[in-house]
Amino acid sequence: MAAVRSLSKFFSLRSFSTTTKRAYADQMSFTFAAGNQVYYEAKSVKQVDVPSFSGSFGILPAHVPTLAVLKPGVVSVYEDSGNVNKIFVSSGTVTINDDSSVQILAEEAHPVANIDVGTARDILSKAQSELSSATNDQARAEAEIAIEVGEALVKAAE
Amino acid sequence: MFGRFGNLAPVLAQNGQQQQQRGMATLKHISMRLKSVKNIQKITQSMKMVSAAKYARAERELRAVRPIGDGTKQFYEKAEVTPIADVPAKLVIAITSDRGLCGAVHTSVARHIRNELAIDDQNTKVVCVGDKSRLILQRLYGKNIIMACNEIGRLPPTFIDASKLADAILKSDYKFNSGEIVFNRFKSVVSYNTQTLPVFSLASVTAAPKLSIYDSLDDEVVQSYLEFSLASLLFYSMKEGACSEQSSRMTAMDNASKNAGEMIDKLTLTFNRTRQAVITRELIEIISGASAL
Repeated sequence: MAAVRSLSKFFSLRSFSTTTKRAYADQMSFTFAAGNQVYYEAKSVKQVDVPSFSGSFGILPAHVPTLAVLKPGVVSVYEDSGNVNKIFVSSGTVTINDDSSVQILAEEAHPVANIDVGTARDILSKAQSELSSATNDQARAEAEIAIEVGEALVKAAE
Repeated sequence: MFGRFGNLAPVLAQNGQQQQQRGMATLKHISMRLKSVKNIQKITQSMKMVSAAKYARAERELRAVRPIGDGTKQFYEKAEVTPIADVPAKLVIAITSDRGLCGAVHTSVARHIRNELAIDDQNTKVVCVGDKSRLILQRLYGKNIIMACNEIGRLPPTFIDASKLADAILKSDYKFNSGEIVFNRFKSVVSYNTQTLPVFSLASVTAAPKLSIYDSLDDEVVQSYLEFSLASLLFYSMKEGACSEQSSRMTAMDNASKNAGEMIDKLTLTFNRTRQAVITRELIEIISGASAL
């Protein structure tokens, strides 16, 4: 995928002088909405790094269209001004369309700065004790998901 | 409640004419009715205040949720997903609530579904969210309802509610090919319109003509993607529905208070007129009695 990206970058660089009409491809229309808050709405940003079940990946403008399911972790948004905004997500989806619009829809998302390390550790240890006391398959699966979120929370907060 | 108000008015007008012959008994009746209308007005006024507060909250929350709904729709539009024509199984999700007294929000959702069922009720199944749609639809199309949930509308809907519902729909053994969510889209305090959002099955998404341009997809990713997007679409439509319901209840209760005010004016007038008539009649009786002596 990286090869494709660098190739497309190469092409866009080369054709920049001849076709300025393709300017839309250098712009990313980025939407990041969660159940609790909207972070970006059709904003232009430089780069977005997302954690997904098929591995973490970075999204630049004109990324190849794809779908992915988010796993608990930190989404890093590199804004045009140079700021890096780190936001923790629990779960959700990423959609990259062929018109270079990117949608991240999360169940819940909070800025990493708002996460308290101590509380995150408490959540992790509580989830671990729930796993050991789980009796049926469903409870075990739920506890495993809680541990995954807890581990990601602790990692993000540290 | 409005129907009852409407019916009362002609009855009262008749009473107003009759009481001039009958006197005391109807005077009491009028004062009793006056009191009850005043109580009703108090109730509708406080209901209006409550729903105004709830509406303000629902509207604030809706504004934050709209990007989720729009974002989820984008993929289906851009990938040009269409239902597969030769599999007719269809699922309709009605977004209403348990509570009435809010104008026609629930009936317009139910009417939309009824019109669809009237065309084809063999291959369409309904999921009722909220008691109101179930009550309206079960008389004619009870066998089409595969699931109904209640306890909707007391508290603002949350993402957890939506994901529970999505989970229940996906776990039900009904294999739908295409589906739609019928809900009221909030426009302004005085207006909403009944709209639908499409829901697709895995088969129709994988058959979409433009899906091939999307990179590195396997069925598992698409399946989890669809599950999550069903939950977010439901969450979005529940928020829209809740907001339209509260705004509609606010206007309905405002009208009810106004109508009650009109009735109170009319009743007070009849009450005073009747009281005067009774006094006059008693005076005439006393005077004519005295003059007969």
